[in-house]
Amino acid sequence: MTAQESNYKNGEALQPAALIRAEHITKTYQMGDQAVRALDDVSLEIKSGDFVAIMGPSGSGKSTMMNLIGALDKPSTGVMSIDGRNIAEMSSDDLADMRNHTIGFVFQQFNLLARTPALRQVMLPLLYSHPRPADAEDMARQRLIQVGLGDRLDHHPRQLSGGQQQRVAIARALVNNPKILLADEPTGALDTKTSQEIMALFAKLNDDGITVILVTHEPDIAACARRKIVFRDGKIVDDAKNTPRKVIASEPALDRVGELA
Amino acid sequence: MNLIDSFSVAWTALRSNLLRSILTTLGIVIGVASVIILVAVGSGARSEVDKQIASLGSNMLVLYSGSSRVGGRSGGAGTDRPLAEGDITAIHDKVPGVTAISGQLSGSGSVINGTNNWTTSLNGIHADFANVRDWPVIAGRDFTIQDIRSSAKVALIGQTVIKQLFGSDDPVGASIRVKNAQFQIVGVMALKGPSAMGRDQDDVVMLPMTTARNYILGKGQVTVDQVGQIYIKFDGGADLKEAQDEIESVMRARRHIQPGAEDDFSVRNLAEFMKARTEVLSTMTYLLAATSIISLIVGGIGIMNIMLVSVTERTREIGLRMAVGGRRRDIMRQFLVEAVTLCLIGGIIGTALGVISAAIIANAAQWPVLISPIVILAAMAAAAATGIFFGYFPARRAAGLNPIDALRSE
Repeated sequence: MTAQESNYKNGEALQPAALIRAEHITKTYQMGDQAVRALDDVSLEIKSGDFVAIMGPSGSGKSTMMNLIGALDKPSTGVMSIDGRNIAEMSSDDLADMRNHTIGFVFQQFNLLARTPALRQVMLPLLYSHPRPADAEDMARQRLIQVGLGDRLDHHPRQLSGGQQQRVAIARALVNNPKILLADEPTGALDTKTSQEIMALFAKLNDDGITVILVTHEPDIAACARRKIVFRDGKIVDDAKNTPRKVIASEPALDRVGELA
Repeated sequence: MNLIDSFSVAWTALRSNLLRSILTTLGIVIGVASVIILVAVGSGARSEVDKQIASLGSNMLVLYSGSSRVGGRSGGAGTDRPLAEGDITAIHDKVPGVTAISGQLSGSGSVINGTNNWTTSLNGIHADFANVRDWPVIAGRDFTIQDIRSSAKVALIGQTVIKQLFGSDDPVGASIRVKNAQFQIVGVMALKGPSAMGRDQDDVVMLPMTTARNYILGKGQVTVDQVGQIYIKFDGGADLKEAQDEIESVMRARRHIQPGAEDDFSVRNLAEFMKARTEVLSTMTYLLAATSIISLIVGGIGIMNIMLVSVTERTREIGLRMAVGGRRRDIMRQFLVEAVTLCLIGGIIGTALGVISAAIIANAAQWPVLISPIVILAAMAAAAATGIFFGYFPARRAAGLNPIDALRSE
């Protein structure tokens, strides 16, 4: 972590391969007969191991940026590269594989499958992996233990609290050892206390080396990140280092995150 | 995602909407059930008809006296100028391809063995009868030409009569009384089974033609050389249509029927007559086939409809699956497998329903049920094909979703 931090501090000088690099990106949507420019000549680099909060009001382009970082969409112009690959040149299958291996998604509404036990939820990305790991069930179990749900493997979403559901979703995002954890308003549907716990989990995962990118409009949540990028009207209006606010890990399970990661 | 995973996902999805899934499969159930009934009953009935045709004797024509016209004639067949021994000789000599020929003069009367008596059909026949009707003598001996010439007091008896008069005893060599005359049983006729009209063909006693005519069937009613109806068997290569014409021209000449005048006899090909009956069956078959095809199409449209609903309901799930690495073909396969699973469930229920219905129908109609595994496999294949065909469009729609829009949908 310290090595990565120093890379970041020294900025361009060391120039490690940026995990995410956006060069003069624009993204335009056709709304009826009107073209809407969601991103307007945005350039951005996110290095491996960083903890970035992307902020901005709705319509600022932050969601569009998130879709590009998540390999869910391609830019209209400019070059968007993730883990050294230009996504504009990738096929639909290649993008699916990149989302499968390189990126872990966490959503505001958790997006768990109904009537499916936690273990099967977490295994889902592994079922779409090529090749498919033989020990998928074991990998999923390890991740659930890591997020503190080792005793909830057979529980269905309805039997879990909001915070627990989000932990299942995080375990699912982590199961394929992604380089990027991409979270879209991950605490938007949670109360303050649970939000704190989830943020503590993100901080811990980041300490262990994973790049965390979260999209949020809550300053409290953004304060946990080490870098804040603010979008407005399709442009980056602020991009600054931030001293992460310490979050208190109140659940004992979090202490075990380090052991298992 | 492999096929087993897809199936497991499909199963979970279908089970969570159990009632909807079952209702959706109804069309397929009806379609598959009617396919099974169609084939089972159709082939059962056809095999029954074939059996009846075979029981008449193959390559055979029957000559009756009286016109073939049904209406407008009193008395019906057999009451006009009777057929005589001379007709048999003439046909045998003049019509090419005849391999065997026999008359059958029928009446009825009681037959007595000791204390058992039984009223049955008494028939005078020629020595070739067994040959003509493909109805062998299975114990003892057949009639000889000598038996016929000498009006011997010998008899062949059918299986039903044996059961009634002898039980399990061996009838060959035994003596029975037929209308006040003693006869020796010389042979036993093979089991023939019921006729096309349901008459018990085994309820018979056969006597030599001359004996029957002279002693049994009432001298006053039977002219001196009357032979009843005449069965004519041809060799395998004979054209029965041509043979029919030949017999007609021989008979017209013998009876001096003027050109233009109507025949007072008729020649029938009973096998053709039986086959005509199967035409009715074919019509039913086509109707049932149309029903099953329409049901499968309607059922398929129902499946397509419900799959489209399912895709809409599960748009977010589809988005999630794409976000965690599901390729378009994975999504496509998942929904195709779901549609096919739905159809196969309908197929299984339909097969069960079809087999039961076919058994009930066959039981009521006294037909054998013929349900071959191939038919069941074909019906299931038809159900699966319906699933693929009608599941394709919804599956394509699911696979074509934009993951961003899908994730954002409510």
